[in-house]
Amino acid sequence: MASGASTKEKQQIKRVEMCNIIKYFPGVLANDRVCFDINQGEVHALLGENGAGKSTLMRQLYGLYRPDEGEILINSKPYTFNSPADAIEAGIGMIHQHFMLIPTFTVAENVALGLKSSREPVLDLDKVSARIRKLSQLYGLNVDPSAYLWQLSVGEQQRVEIIKALYRGASLIILDEPTAVLTPQEVNDLFVTLKRMVKDGHTLIFISHKLHEVMEISSRVTVLRDGRIIGTCPTAEITRNELVKMMVGREVHPLSPQPLKSGPVRLEIRNLQVMGDRGTEALRGVDFEIHSGEIVGLAGVSGNGQRELAECLAGVRKTTQGEILLDNEDITSLPLKRRVDIGLAYIPEERMRDGAIRDFSVQENVFLHDHSSTKYTHGIFLDFSRMRAFANELVNKFNVKTPSLDTPIKNLSGGNIQKLIMARELSRQPKVLIAAQPTRGVDIGATEYIHQRLLQQREEGTAILLISEDLDEIRVLSDRIAVLYEGRIMGVVERNEATVEQIGLMMAGISMAETMQRTS
Amino acid sequence: MNDVFQLSVIAGILTSAIRLATPYLYAAIGETFSQRSGVVNLGVDGIMLIGAYASFYIVLITGNIWLGLLAAIIAGLLMGLLMSLISVTLKAEQGISGIGLYMFGLGLSSLLFKTTIGTVKTVTGFQSVKIPLLGDIPVVGKIFFDHSLLVYGAFLLIPLAWWVLEKTTWGLQIKSVGQNPAAADSLGVNVDRMRYTSVCIGAILAGIAGASLSISLLNLFQENLTAGQGFIAVALVYFGNWKPQGILWGALLFSTVNAFQLWMQVLGVKIPSDIAIMLPYVLTIAALAVATNRVRQPAALNKPFERGES
Repeated sequence: MASGASTKEKQQIKRVEMCNIIKYFPGVLANDRVCFDINQGEVHALLGENGAGKSTLMRQLYGLYRPDEGEILINSKPYTFNSPADAIEAGIGMIHQHFMLIPTFTVAENVALGLKSSREPVLDLDKVSARIRKLSQLYGLNVDPSAYLWQLSVGEQQRVEIIKALYRGASLIILDEPTAVLTPQEVNDLFVTLKRMVKDGHTLIFISHKLHEVMEISSRVTVLRDGRIIGTCPTAEITRNELVKMMVGREVHPLSPQPLKSGPVRLEIRNLQVMGDRGTEALRGVDFEIHSGEIVGLAGVSGNGQRELAECLAGVRKTTQGEILLDNEDITSLPLKRRVDIGLAYIPEERMRDGAIRDFSVQENVFLHDHSSTKYTHGIFLDFSRMRAFANELVNKFNVKTPSLDTPIKNLSGGNIQKLIMARELSRQPKVLIAAQPTRGVDIGATEYIHQRLLQQREEGTAILLISEDLDEIRVLSDRIAVLYEGRIMGVVERNEATVEQIGLMMAGISMAETMQRTS
Repeated sequence: MNDVFQLSVIAGILTSAIRLATPYLYAAIGETFSQRSGVVNLGVDGIMLIGAYASFYIVLITGNIWLGLLAAIIAGLLMGLLMSLISVTLKAEQGISGIGLYMFGLGLSSLLFKTTIGTVKTVTGFQSVKIPLLGDIPVVGKIFFDHSLLVYGAFLLIPLAWWVLEKTTWGLQIKSVGQNPAAADSLGVNVDRMRYTSVCIGAILAGIAGASLSISLLNLFQENLTAGQGFIAVALVYFGNWKPQGILWGALLFSTVNAFQLWMQVLGVKIPSDIAIMLPYVLTIAALAVATNRVRQPAALNKPFERGES
């Protein structure tokens, strides 16, 4: 194994067993007598909904948590990890879902952190860089060791994470939802790298809730639900539908929305121009309209103006030119609060940053807009009993799984946070709904539920703008699909009017006329 | 007024400026270590007072300046351990605990002064050591190369601190726990230990900063000897953008203005002394207001670390 001067030769991990692992968190049994094993050269997928206990289990293997009961055996010897340092020492590496990187450091500094230098106490970044280049070449992980982390794309940052683990001589690498943040092209690159690593004798644990990825990359799969093992079997011997059933605990039926006769125009956008964060033009004249009872899907590779469009419609970003009309009323210069009052609802892309306050309770987050409504106040005082009753109603109606209304929202899973935000936004019966990436990082069960709710809202006459990077989601839900490229709409097509290929071409900047010509 | 622009006066001002920069440099470099690891220590002034008292008292009774310096180091270390315990282990709000530490240092040093010394006395502290050859250069020699060892030490600390922070494994670890402690932890860096060490280094340097006043620059001790210099040192860290070289320029700017106003008073320039004394402080506020536009503070500054919180 490639182990350099700065790391000791580590044992080769042949077999890891986690036996009867029990892990409690306040109010939650996160892992309930979980048994899990992995053999060298395997890609073992750990599949399960958000909150099923996958990450918790793996964090125990990486020394971040200690199991309350149960034991960990490596090559049949029991190990106790008090910190990640012990796990690294035993040859385990972990790529976290939220990268553990330091933006102000260079790639080489991020890799060298925590390791002894060959010229102790002085850093030897040249040597580190040389080895990074070697590893890059070996596994197709292209990065510049002297680049600062903040300069790198998400995909590049992930490569740095993998290099960090390889550099430390890890023979077992845990990947926690590695594809959640990647574009389809980057996922392909990642899989090429992972396959090379396996060929080289590495062992991988692949945590995911995306089935097609699990089917593609893994040799064995274990499904977790509510902290318990549901089953383990070779990937080749199981179907997608069986896995879904194991994960969710019931059948999930594909949606097939019925065509609706759409009503009058609710939202109209004319020649909208907006500046991006860096002072460049994010939208260069966007026109479209959405009818009552219609979902318009906005497709496009991220960074082409979707976020700015959503923010501009919601009223949190200034418009430089153009008009936004809601039921023929010009709302272009209305502040956010007024827009909300006249019937605009917004599900922001960054739900924890723009949609909720982390440390506020579930109930408090329900009332981020309506805390001053006369419905929930007596003069200057809040009417807590009515607030509680209403919050309770929403939580039940939208199936939000939470220990209590007073739980800080940050303790809920992504899917449940999203359901709560959606409950809050839809409870006002909006005329227009802007839903930006409503199911990103959300598990299958919650995604299904959110989709049903969107369709239900459509039937009730809301005009919905669905912004998503998930083309499948857009194609299933939208009545019409608009494609955004570099701040311009490349074309708007009816559902079933365009193939995936055609939409893909428009996403790459080919005009609609040319696209149709090329593909017909 | 013409007197001010004579060569001898300018040389005098610059010589004073170098001397006066000493306590700022020690304290601000120390605070840089602390803040780079993610801990704001607002108790610097209190630690300086304890350090100043301890070193002065030891020199007063033993006559040994090195024992005095050692006393300042030990006093600083103890205060550093106290601050670490409160802010790292007990995870208290750093701003408040720092102010508490300051009040404690102020009160304790005054109390000890009253009970053990009583009246203002002077000692023979660190004497000027003229550096051979360099010290004989006309004017320049006097300005730069005829100071006490503690003054030289303060200036040598700048490159040393830069080297530690930028070039060593250890410095990388200090910066990492100040930027992203969770990331550092996941790579096996002991976050609490790094923060303890950094805060203690900062406190030891603050203790030495106090000693540089009581057994080198002034050779006396009185209640509230530092008069807020520790707070200015904290401001200098922001002003210097958490970089030793930035702190050097900030400290020199500050001490030059201070020396200038002292000399104006000595020369009897007709400016009310209260206004003159205010000058450096006004400058701090102005400098900070301008500096905030470009600051890049450690991302985890003021945030206690607990494993598993993401």
